Amino acid sequence: MIDKRVGSLPEAVAGIGDGATVLVGGFGNSGIPVELVHALLDEGARDLTLVTNNAGSGETDVAALIREHRVRKIICSYPRSSGSIWFEERYRAGELELELVPQGTLSERMRAAGAGLGGFFTPAGADSLLAEGKEVRMINGRRHVFEEPLHGDVALIKARKADRWGNLVYSTAARNFGPTMATAATVTVVQVREFVELGDLDPECIVTPGIFVDRVVEVAGS
Amino acid sequence: MSGPRLSLIDMARRVARDIPSGAYVNLGIGMPTLVGEVVSPDKEIVYHSENGILGMGPAPAPGEGDPELINAGKQPVTLLPGGSYFHHTDSFMMMRGGHIDVTVLGGFQVSAAGDLANWATDEVGHPPAVGGAMDLAVGAKRVLVFMTHTTKAGTPKILPLCTYPLTAAGVVDRIFTELAVIDVVPGGLVVRELVAGLSREELQARTGARLAFADEVVELVPGAV
Repeated sequence: MIDKRVGSLPEAVAGIGDGATVLVGGFGNSGIPVELVHALLDEGARDLTLVTNNAGSGETDVAALIREHRVRKIICSYPRSSGSIWFEERYRAGELELELVPQGTLSERMRAAGAGLGGFFTPAGADSLLAEGKEVRMINGRRHVFEEPLHGDVALIKARKADRWGNLVYSTAARNFGPTMATAATVTVVQVREFVELGDLDPECIVTPGIFVDRVVEVAGS
Repeated sequence: MSGPRLSLIDMARRVARDIPSGAYVNLGIGMPTLVGEVVSPDKEIVYHSENGILGMGPAPAPGEGDPELINAGKQPVTLLPGGSYFHHTDSFMMMRGGHIDVTVLGGFQVSAAGDLANWATDEVGHPPAVGGAMDLAVGAKRVLVFMTHTTKAGTPKILPLCTYPLTAAGVVDRIFTELAVIDVVPGGLVVRELVAGLSREELQARTGARLAFADEVVELVPGAV
């Protein structure tokens, strides 16, 4: 019987090793898998590369990982948010490497990884500093920069409901990077507000089919 | 800087007039957000938010709403009937792929060729952040820039060439400031509208790039835009 449900947060993040590349869903405070990130903090993996849109704010989730020196590098589009004090502290101290990526390119690089593609050419950023050192090609009279796929060892994402096959539906704008990240990691771990029975999710409305999901954990009220 | 000028709300009203009914629109963070508050209610506009929303509505009543339903500026919003949610890759497909009719963006600098600099200054040691600015700038069908004409110190922001790092080259269609409405055309910049009481010479003096003037320059009257 296929059953991707796990009984606890420690089980959900078990095996994430030092040096792992971890995709973390969320945009601002919307859709952050807070409890999974805290479980990763407890699990203890270090020297992580985080791929996430923002660099955390306040003292929780991504900011806590940075504060506790678990993160070597962050790949994101907008690290400088209100309250991103730990990112700024570690970045200014030279302890944290930043790879800045335009937001659509960040998402599309993960899509390429999930889709088994070797990358793509995009006009976004082709005229900017962010294209330095990358191949630029004229396509239909416009400059495009080559961007490589971005694969994760693990994805940590948040959804609203899952069944035991790992089929997912999300909640409003908290969906954001989740469906793409789910496709782009070797192991995709999802925290959901509630488990439902197989067959309860309308097949016309399932957003992420379970093939992209490895572990789901219920976090009531999340 | 003293002298005739439009208020921020007048500027937003003027930008709003350029948004046609039926348009799919993305408003940038900051000043551009104001435009949504003054668009005529007679127009049906579908607002897009980069984090995966079409048909975005106004802020919810205090204490109500879904804390995860936010706009690109991380402020709480609502969804109008007919609205939809989608994931980030689809959202940026809409932006990059030419599906957004109009975007209104803030700007640090715009060049005579329509180059836009709005993501980084030359400030050293400040961590950079780019967000969705580059995707939107290259992909929207019409790029409107809503910004002050000069910096607070009076330095022109409309220049022969941008000195700050570019967001995208040759993408700006029209610039709206407190002093003028200026089109970017193949030959350079053409002033279409000018605030009442300001001379062409005074406008040019506050502008780094050379300006041409339309045959008929419309007067922008503060308080009556």
